[in-house]
Amino acid sequence: MSLGTGIRLADLIAAICFILALRGLTGPKTARYGNLLGAGGMALAVSITFATNGLHHFLLIAIAMLVGTAIAVPAARLVKMTAMPQMVAAFNGVGGGAAALIALSKFVTAPTGKLAVYQVVEVLLGVVIGCVSFSGSCIAFAKLQELMTGRAITYPGQQVWNAIVGAGILGLAITLCLSSTSWLIVIVLALALIFGVAFVLPIGGADVPVLISLLNSFTGLAVAASGFVLHSVVLVVAGTLVGASGTLLTQKMSQAMGRSLPNILFSAFGSVITATGGAEGDTTRSVRSASAEDVAILLAYANKVIIVPGYGLAVAQAQHTIRELADLLESRGVEVIYAIHPVAGRMPGHMNVLLAEANVPYEQLKEMDEANPEFQSADVALVVGANDVVNPAAKNNPDSPIYGMPILAVDEARNIVFMKRSMRPGFAGIDNELLFDPKTTMLFGDAKDSLTKVVAAVKAL
Amino acid sequence: MIAVAAGGDILSLITVFVLAAFVGFEVIAKVPSTLHTPLMSGTNAIHGVVLVGAMLVLGTVHGTGELVLGFAAVVLATLNVVGGFVVTDRMLEMFKVRKPPKVSTEAASAVAPSTEGDSK
Repeated sequence: MSLGTGIRLADLIAAICFILALRGLTGPKTARYGNLLGAGGMALAVSITFATNGLHHFLLIAIAMLVGTAIAVPAARLVKMTAMPQMVAAFNGVGGGAAALIALSKFVTAPTGKLAVYQVVEVLLGVVIGCVSFSGSCIAFAKLQELMTGRAITYPGQQVWNAIVGAGILGLAITLCLSSTSWLIVIVLALALIFGVAFVLPIGGADVPVLISLLNSFTGLAVAASGFVLHSVVLVVAGTLVGASGTLLTQKMSQAMGRSLPNILFSAFGSVITATGGAEGDTTRSVRSASAEDVAILLAYANKVIIVPGYGLAVAQAQHTIRELADLLESRGVEVIYAIHPVAGRMPGHMNVLLAEANVPYEQLKEMDEANPEFQSADVALVVGANDVVNPAAKNNPDSPIYGMPILAVDEARNIVFMKRSMRPGFAGIDNELLFDPKTTMLFGDAKDSLTKVVAAVKAL
Repeated sequence: MIAVAAGGDILSLITVFVLAAFVGFEVIAKVPSTLHTPLMSGTNAIHGVVLVGAMLVLGTVHGTGELVLGFAAVVLATLNVVGGFVVTDRMLEMFKVRKPPKVSTEAASAVAPSTEGDSK
């Protein structure tokens, strides 16, 4: 068996590993095994590449890999669980960047005149999709990391500008295919980077996870394109797998939020203006805020309390304090359950991960469908750092950007307590009517501080 | 089919592309929403296979500019693949803990009264 055949066989095995890894990741029992299998396939594909005929610069490759590993491992290990989503965005972005660089290098090493048209197309696809994914992921990262506002950013003529940039990329691409003016690729690259930014800016914070999933599938396609450039089957297979499954996953995620994908990607262009317009009038309306002692009394003498944890709880690292409060209430004979919205936190399943970290008993966690009928009989719904997932606008206001998203029926509880840092709207940037409801009590402050005070007050009763 | 295409002929590559697209759609047809995030993270790690491409580039180019390009590509791709798998593994580790852990005694006693109201 020649070396070339050996490499091809290894690539085939790696491809099979990737497919099985995806399958494994779709089941809770097989997920870890699936991820390990993917890593195994990857290790095989990478190590066999060193045996490629005519490969030089082994030392440089090794150093580059060491540098990458030295950055990636601590970053991935040390990041807080709450910051996972932006980590995924970052790692996805650099993948797109790498795919773009690979495609670009092909163009740099061979002058345009010597490339067939289809080869120029391959390069262009790799560069454009890779760059869009790279710059888009950077913005998504910045939004989630709160380096910039998480809100949808809109400006007049946004769609027109995006269309102009898109048309510019297309026009230059065609020119590149037909002529040998290779420096144009630099402008294509710049325009693609701009397009990635412009594409992501109008997408509101709450929708960013769905967007990351979409950019993830873009990177998959960019990798497939660079596989075409390099004639590498394993790149084409893995890139396409991710491109296809990522697209389907994006669709499933938006379905989980009760939205359509076009609605998520493009709704901000029109509807956000009406949503913010409504918000201005609300600043003068009165809300009822209370002290920690009031809240403690309300909770301690209730028969049934439903805790609705949100991202604010996770960010304040208050998982342990909320558990302390729950334990305390239960020792007084109060029934306590947690109602978990499917997209509570930043991403589907994120809240389960965070609460599991705090050892919250698994039986107390109720999925939305299970929890919603319970609210009618609940004395208090304690909403800690959540907002959008309990916003009745999703049920009642067809103009709202989140209209149609399934929500927790907190409004059916007899009393509602909101622990929030301020009256600021939630991640989606939409006002919540429920905050102004007469049966709502606000307890302002950091979730952990507030909870600690409430715990102390309950103990003092 | 995949092995045949390894020659790199454009039509074989397109064949591989189309078949892989179908497989990609089929293989994740059923996935519970709790696993959406880990699955996304896992696919993110898998497109880190771009590292193979980056290695091929860095290993075959010559001029300084191209070497820099290739070096950057390998670094970025390594970030993608290593970070991707580690983050996914961490997420799934958390899912493993979802089984009710061996709770301390005070917590165990606290759980007891809550079960009576559960609707089955």
